[in-house]
Amino acid sequence: MRVMIILKADAHSESGVMPDEQLLTDMGRYNEELVKAGVMLAGEGLHPSAKGVRVHFSGRQRTVTDGPFAETKELIAGFWLWQVRSMAEAIEWVKRCPNPMIGDSEIEIRPVYEMSDFGDAMTPALREQETRLRAQLDANA
Amino acid sequence: MPSTSPSRPRTPHDDGIGARVAAIWRIEAPKLIGALVRMLRDVGLAEDLAQDALVAALERWPSSGVPDNPGAWLMTTAKHRAIDRLRRERLHHEQAAALTLALETQLQDAQRAPDAGEPALPTADTMDDDLLRLMFIACHPVLTPEARAALTLRLLGGLSTDEIARAFLVPEATMAQRIVRAKRTLGEARVAFELPDAAGLAARLDSVLAVLYLIFNEGYAATAGDDALRPALCDEALRLGRILAALAPRAAEVHGLVALMELQASRLRARTAPDGAPILLMDQDRRRWDRLLIGRGLAALAMADSLAGGQPGPYALQAAIAACHARAPEADRTDWARIVQHYDALLASAPSPVVALNRAVAVSMAHGPAAGLAALTPLLAEPALAGYPWLASAHGDLLSRLGRHHEAQAAFEQAAMLTRNRREQAFLRQRAQASAAAASR
Repeated sequence: MRVMIILKADAHSESGVMPDEQLLTDMGRYNEELVKAGVMLAGEGLHPSAKGVRVHFSGRQRTVTDGPFAETKELIAGFWLWQVRSMAEAIEWVKRCPNPMIGDSEIEIRPVYEMSDFGDAMTPALREQETRLRAQLDANA
Repeated sequence: MPSTSPSRPRTPHDDGIGARVAAIWRIEAPKLIGALVRMLRDVGLAEDLAQDALVAALERWPSSGVPDNPGAWLMTTAKHRAIDRLRRERLHHEQAAALTLALETQLQDAQRAPDAGEPALPTADTMDDDLLRLMFIACHPVLTPEARAALTLRLLGGLSTDEIARAFLVPEATMAQRIVRAKRTLGEARVAFELPDAAGLAARLDSVLAVLYLIFNEGYAATAGDDALRPALCDEALRLGRILAALAPRAAEVHGLVALMELQASRLRARTAPDGAPILLMDQDRRRWDRLLIGRGLAALAMADSLAGGQPGPYALQAAIAACHARAPEADRTDWARIVQHYDALLASAPSPVVALNRAVAVSMAHGPAAGLAALTPLLAEPALAGYPWLASAHGDLLSRLGRHHEAQAAFEQAAMLTRNRREQAFLRQRAQASAAAASR
């Protein structure tokens, strides 16, 4: 299964304080461990919300608001995409993460929707598609 | 705060200590077994001791709680068991005594400096070597390919014998026997535990790559209704491939295989209709392809190409073919001429009649059915393809595109006789009838 690991912001990350050298080293080592375990698919760190923008939707209306945004604890400072075998495995890996923030912070784990979560709803067009044999292209390409 | 009810802190009971231990085990097992193999030079013993440590964890942790560093706890426990066992058995007296002493010293050091990081665990470099060694041993050429795959999943994937048996559709007893025999074979053959030198490395890596691709293809062959463990083999092979790419980053073909698996896996969710019928590549809804995996696959292929110095290996070439499909926004914009070039290179480096057949089909797509038929005709005399329904079917398809309907009908009928799959049979008979109708017009 694929999970998104969401690193929540704190007041320091929101004010643009960069992690110190020790944390960068620890994080680097942790990321390397994730790669060597075949867990890491992607990941990025985000600028503070001061550099961000929100687009508010209401019916046909679109309203653009510049950051920074309040409710710091709900803001995101970074994310990873991981390939794991269970939520339990994701939790074990997150627990091994160095404390990412100077203050108290949180990391949220959210499973990514998989094909099987959608059932047949997404695939009506496929039903009509004819299955044709063209040598063994799919098996060998 | 938008949330309506305050979230409750998780208790250890939320998904059971069992699930937690299982997750920890799958993270730690390869490192644990790898380190024990390095120390004991005995795969069977190393695995037994690791299992003992797991059993101890299952007994202790529900009441004591999971330790802060479960990996170190498992390692320490396994070392204690190793000492017990070495004392009891005293098989190779002097060696056992020396090993016991070494283990005891390690354990004492760990006790004396409990705060010094992870005392019971090996350093990152040693751990890399341990894992690589374990892969080489699990995929050792003295073992049958089936045994290599089973041992790899067991030692490096942390899968149980029962899980491996279900994934490979064999009874658990059969799989257990296969694993036991494999471990015995490794012991009897006295396989070297040193990492191979530069010259030997390529051959040993080849064996690992072949095993990973075998595991991947077993998962790829899974059909609707199969145990979920079967398709999960694709994930497992990909995971092991990614690990190997991190352990042997300079080996071009490792990246080639990873690229091939990433690109093939990117199509997994597009290749089956809701009723379970397969959808072939050219008919797939490309919007359903996994862009993340395509991106990773193309990156791995670029890495393989930059390391190969203009001499891509068979995996990188197959990945390059898959990449041509991945890059085409629509099926009819596929760069078939380039695919033919890749098949030419593949045939030169790893000749195979099946590859030649695929090349002939690609030639027909790039340069028309007449050129495809010219490439395919010599294969009709190829003994290795004599019972191969896809040859007759491709032959029929080319003849039909050339308007030679009588001959096409015969080829489709032959193909229908050769396949045992009912769905394919029905389809091929239908094509034979259509050819017959076209011929009589």
